Amino acid sequence: MGNTYHKHISAKHKLFDLKLDEVWRYKDLILLFVRRSFAVSYKQTILGPAWLFLNPLLTSVMHMIVFGNIAKLSTDGVPQLLFYLTGTAFWNFFNSSLSGNANTFTSNAGLFGKVYFPRLTVPIANVLTNVIKFAIAMILPVILMVIYCITGSVTPHWWCLLLVPVILLWIGLMAMGCGILVSGLTAKYRDLSVLVSFGMSLWMYGTPVVYPLSQLDNTLLGAFIKYNPVTAPIELFRYAVLGKGTILPESILVSVVFTVLVTFLGIIVFHKVERTFMDTV
Amino acid sequence: MEETKAIIINGVKKKYRLGSIGRKTLQRDIQSRWALLRGKEDPNSRIGADSGLYGQTFMALDVIDLEINRGEAVGIIGPNGAGKSTLLKIISQITAPTEGEIDIYGRVTSMLEVGTGFHGEMTGRENVYMNGAILGMTKKEIDERMEEIISFSEIGEFIDTPVKRYSSGMFVKLAFSVAAHLNSEIMIMDEVLAVGDMAFQQKCLDKMREAVEVDGRTILYVSHNMNTIRRLCKRCIVLNQGKIIFDGDVEKAIALYMDRSLGGDGVNIDLTKLNHGWQSKNQKITMEHLKLVDKTSAVYEQKEPLLFDLDVQLKEKLKDVQVRITLRTDTDTGLGTSWSNDIDMSGLEKGTHVIRCKMDLSTVAKGVFYISIGIYQKDEIGREMMLDHVTRAFRIEIPGTLDWETAAQGNIRFPAAEANVVS
Repeated sequence: MGNTYHKHISAKHKLFDLKLDEVWRYKDLILLFVRRSFAVSYKQTILGPAWLFLNPLLTSVMHMIVFGNIAKLSTDGVPQLLFYLTGTAFWNFFNSSLSGNANTFTSNAGLFGKVYFPRLTVPIANVLTNVIKFAIAMILPVILMVIYCITGSVTPHWWCLLLVPVILLWIGLMAMGCGILVSGLTAKYRDLSVLVSFGMSLWMYGTPVVYPLSQLDNTLLGAFIKYNPVTAPIELFRYAVLGKGTILPESILVSVVFTVLVTFLGIIVFHKVERTFMDTV
Repeated sequence: MEETKAIIINGVKKKYRLGSIGRKTLQRDIQSRWALLRGKEDPNSRIGADSGLYGQTFMALDVIDLEINRGEAVGIIGPNGAGKSTLLKIISQITAPTEGEIDIYGRVTSMLEVGTGFHGEMTGRENVYMNGAILGMTKKEIDERMEEIISFSEIGEFIDTPVKRYSSGMFVKLAFSVAAHLNSEIMIMDEVLAVGDMAFQQKCLDKMREAVEVDGRTILYVSHNMNTIRRLCKRCIVLNQGKIIFDGDVEKAIALYMDRSLGGDGVNIDLTKLNHGWQSKNQKITMEHLKLVDKTSAVYEQKEPLLFDLDVQLKEKLKDVQVRITLRTDTDTGLGTSWSNDIDMSGLEKGTHVIRCKMDLSTVAKGVFYISIGIYQKDEIGREMMLDHVTRAFRIEIPGTLDWETAAQGNIRFPAAEANVVS
């Protein structure tokens, strides 16, 4: 046995100890959490995992009708269904990663109160689950793209497709950082989780999801959208996949700095809260 | 020196805040932060600054110093609210201490509950992986032990059935098996050995003893079941109100825990120092002192009545109050309760009064008994309301006769049976 494992518990909290090595030791647990969320989500449903296709499809059709045909918003010349499908899949990835993590403490209180494991495994597993859901949601757009590529109405920037994993990591970290930052607060004040769902729909309209960034004008609202940290990754994603997207270096810079900051801040706050949240939940 | 130590606890304190969290909490949090920022005194640190409880604190653990050696099985006992579970939660890192340091040498598995993380929709096997991983095992380690876990749990072919179809016995057996087969050096258990049927409990205890004696693992075990403590542990700690009041031999610890008349001489018992039932909060009447009348020691002859004076502090006029006297055996099981007649206290002034109680002990043959005292009253719709209660307030001994064997004949001698020759 030896002295391989030594743990020091102290009333003093090291603020900048991110404890990522411990998370790595529990990587099997992260994978099991991911598997469990799939195994459990679609039990006792009629359509099962088909919802992963249907959900974005229905949303996109709705967007097509409301934003494409009634409001007549531009889609940068990309076929409407494809434009909305990719936008929805991307936004859903960000939205569910963030919202899912916002309640980490309250929804896992029973588990957290009985056994110790690195709490960070739960939000990480949640983001990974959403990566897989995103990949499944992208199957339909990919089929459409193949068709449109042949007919020539869409030309992806092929080399940029290599960037897609980086974009996913980027947006995944941002969502996790924001989510766990909020989770620290919802642990104590539960009504904040109501604000999260409201805030997320507001955030969606401030992000080029149902409209392209090229529609941007120089008003205050335009500047707000330009510096919205989700704008840069979603436009980059569209640029790579659909061949149409507006890339602004200043948006990218703001977004990357925001992501790094919110990730570190999120983890720091998360570790601070996890120490004693069981006393307040 | 650390080579032989498993856990070293140094000056650990745990403070809890009382009261609930609501709109005012945020307001106070902001006030406190703002005051700190300006370098002023926190306006909410003063106790009683507000009518609410929030802001007041409670010391669940008040300076705990403890060293536990490798390969030791240590029992932790104490009344409810003594801080046993809090101590385990701090050692297993579920919540952080308010003050103090803990060093742990070895991997810790905490079993504060069996079946943590079990999901009804998943099969037994999937849940074993899940539960094992939560408790800190890698997939490879679980694979190596899977067969052993399944055979220990006696689940057999049901292992691939979703656990929501399991009986509750099967569920706990499987859950316990996972925890018992972890290869951690330190195991922390809160009342978890009392799972399954008698045979399985026996098997669990044997497994745990083997873990200590053969594998040299360290066990911290909290329980109210003195028999499991006796059988598993060689060392026992008694906690009371957040402090360690005894550390050492198991039998002495159990005797001390049962013998809650600490500080008294056995015939004069200061009840204010003992734990009262939570219902006593309403404070209409409080038992303060108890004196065994005309006794120098709490040893009773057979057929001698139990006679004592109970000093009570009356806070409001009460009608039809009843005293209940419960005898508990030295293994802490209830033996029987005597209900007194109703006492009318409605004519009495507030203040201290003495109630003299007399209970016939002629049916009690022999033994050591712990006496619990309760004061009850009927409310308007006839429900029995507990006004105050002290469990194990004092101890009496009835030596009885030599030819009475309590192990075989019990503690009670029932009224004489009738026997006649009829043919």
